[in-house]
Amino acid sequence: MEDSPILEFVLGRYNYWLVIVLMMVGLYVVVARGNLVKKLVGLNLFQVSVFLFYISVGKVTGGTAPIYVDDPNALYSNPLPHVLILTAIVVGVATLAVGLSLVIRIQRAYGTIEEDDIQAADAGRDVSPRAGGESGTSASGGAA
Amino acid sequence: MMDFIMYHLPALQVVVPMLAAPICLLMMRGNLAGLVALVTGILCFIMSLLLLQQVIVSGPISYQLGGWAPPFGIEYRVDAMNAFVLVIVAATSALVLPFARRSIRAEIEPSKQALFYTVFTLCLTGLLGVTIAGDAFNVFVFLEISSLSTYVLVAMGARRDRRALTAGYTYLVMGTIGATFYVIGLGLLYQATGTLNMEDLAVRLQPLGELTSVRAGFAFIMVGLALKLAMFPIHAWLPNAYTYAPSVVSIFLAATSTKVAVYVLLRFMFTVFGYDFPVVELSLSTVFLPLALVAMFVASAVAVFQTDFKRLLAYSSVAQIGYMVLGFSMASVTGLTATMVHLFNHAAMKGVMFMVAGAVVYRVGSTAVTSFAGLGRQMPWTMAAMVVGGLSLIGVPLTVGFISKWYLILGALETGDWIIAFMIVASSLIAVIYVWRMVEMAYLTPAPEGSKPVREAPLSMLLPMWTLALVCVYFGINAELTASIGQTVAETLLNGSVDAATSIIPLDGVVEGVAP
Repeated sequence: MEDSPILEFVLGRYNYWLVIVLMMVGLYVVVARGNLVKKLVGLNLFQVSVFLFYISVGKVTGGTAPIYVDDPNALYSNPLPHVLILTAIVVGVATLAVGLSLVIRIQRAYGTIEEDDIQAADAGRDVSPRAGGESGTSASGGAA
Repeated sequence: MMDFIMYHLPALQVVVPMLAAPICLLMMRGNLAGLVALVTGILCFIMSLLLLQQVIVSGPISYQLGGWAPPFGIEYRVDAMNAFVLVIVAATSALVLPFARRSIRAEIEPSKQALFYTVFTLCLTGLLGVTIAGDAFNVFVFLEISSLSTYVLVAMGARRDRRALTAGYTYLVMGTIGATFYVIGLGLLYQATGTLNMEDLAVRLQPLGELTSVRAGFAFIMVGLALKLAMFPIHAWLPNAYTYAPSVVSIFLAATSTKVAVYVLLRFMFTVFGYDFPVVELSLSTVFLPLALVAMFVASAVAVFQTDFKRLLAYSSVAQIGYMVLGFSMASVTGLTATMVHLFNHAAMKGVMFMVAGAVVYRVGSTAVTSFAGLGRQMPWTMAAMVVGGLSLIGVPLTVGFISKWYLILGALETGDWIIAFMIVASSLIAVIYVWRMVEMAYLTPAPEGSKPVREAPLSMLLPMWTLALVCVYFGINAELTASIGQTVAETLLNGSVDAATSIIPLDGVVEGVAP
């Protein structure tokens, strides 16, 4: 099995597999969870996977940290992706901050941060926790 | 001095609103902050006009930040296309801000008014930045500046309706996914080329059309941007965001933010990848064209059944974005001209319509379709503006909507697509239905018994509204200016993208010794 091309293909690109798995987990949480805070957690995972992608792209095999040393043969990793991601992390933090503050306001206005209950409240129906389930989610405008 | 300002115009265009934002914050009082924002908006408008004039007279401008030459330094690049979009964005802000004074006083708590103007100027910064940046990663950063402030602006409608909060939240989730998709795509392109400068990317991507990672990058960028511009199947965030946001925000967003996203999409499709890039042609004919056609019908049909005027307009926006997408998916000079002209025209007509909605909220307090009953007599000027805007939405001759559709139909006939030309006309007929509903409600339905008399909207609202309404009529009669700019843009996009890339004009020697 040592020089199996498939194994080499999979293992040689392990960073990409990790990124893809993390990305899908994040996206799944955003779509599948009804809790607004959990959604934000998923969103952050999704963003972090992209950060990892950029950072792993910037690595040059055998390269050192991109700090100037007095050696003409020195091989450096590419610092640019790291710098870009520094900016993207700031954007991510800002997004999370805005998202969480919105969740706080939603909690104050609705008394809940569960998506189903919020939709039920907007549709003008009684909010009975954990009762309506999935069947109630499609009504989001009428019935008022 | 004048030379100095003219040389640094591209940077000032972004820096002025960015510095205005903290000043607004320090003003503490809503009125003062509003004044600062208004001055900023007008300054930006003047600067964008100067830039447009400069670009038309002497060709594209490449501004090097900090004096570092592209592709290593960051570059602001202004050509006819983004100068045109800059004018749209800046002009809208200059018109919306006088309107905002009363509207904001009625809709947002006094303690938050200064904050509103702060976020508004930040949003303006982001939109102008996206338009002017010549560096693909800077586009992302500015896109997020504008988006983050937009989420806040939308949620500020919570005083009138708490659903604004959930609308803002949904927009945040969708917008962030879109932006992250864009960054993934950009990462793939960077991996393949090692550059982020758009002109440089364009040159280096040419031989890489067969690379899977580049194609995947293209797909990610397109999906991300399509989310941001609310292209048909992924427009779910738009109707709620437009409906529950404060009136001023609806006007501003409807007129600018989707236009800027369309601009970025065009920039990537035609400048960075280039029309002859293998996947571009394929995606235009198999993805963008069919979706645009579906959007024109489905979104218009949904608009007909809305009970809220702002929501009706929001769905109509989705349909109008369909026209823009249809234009560029024809990939002909006429089609692209139609898209560019429609960018401008739609900003004008949707601006009018949402201003009408804002004025009605100010006087009546609701935008439910039924609350328009009898307003034709009570608010004659506002309703007349609505009729002008509505006629534009339909595309009646002598209004701007007609010009856009004229170019679209010409583009369809050029390629011999009689069916598409027919569909453009047919979808306009659906627009007749929803516009007529509003007209009927305003002019033919009497006001309900015992309702309080409604006064005409104040002058500070009517003036911007009618300025835009007159723009709708003027550019509908005399479309020479918009059409010629649109045509210039279309020709450079389709023919000269690579030639232009290789001739980056250095502007050194104008202010020697200022840049480090």
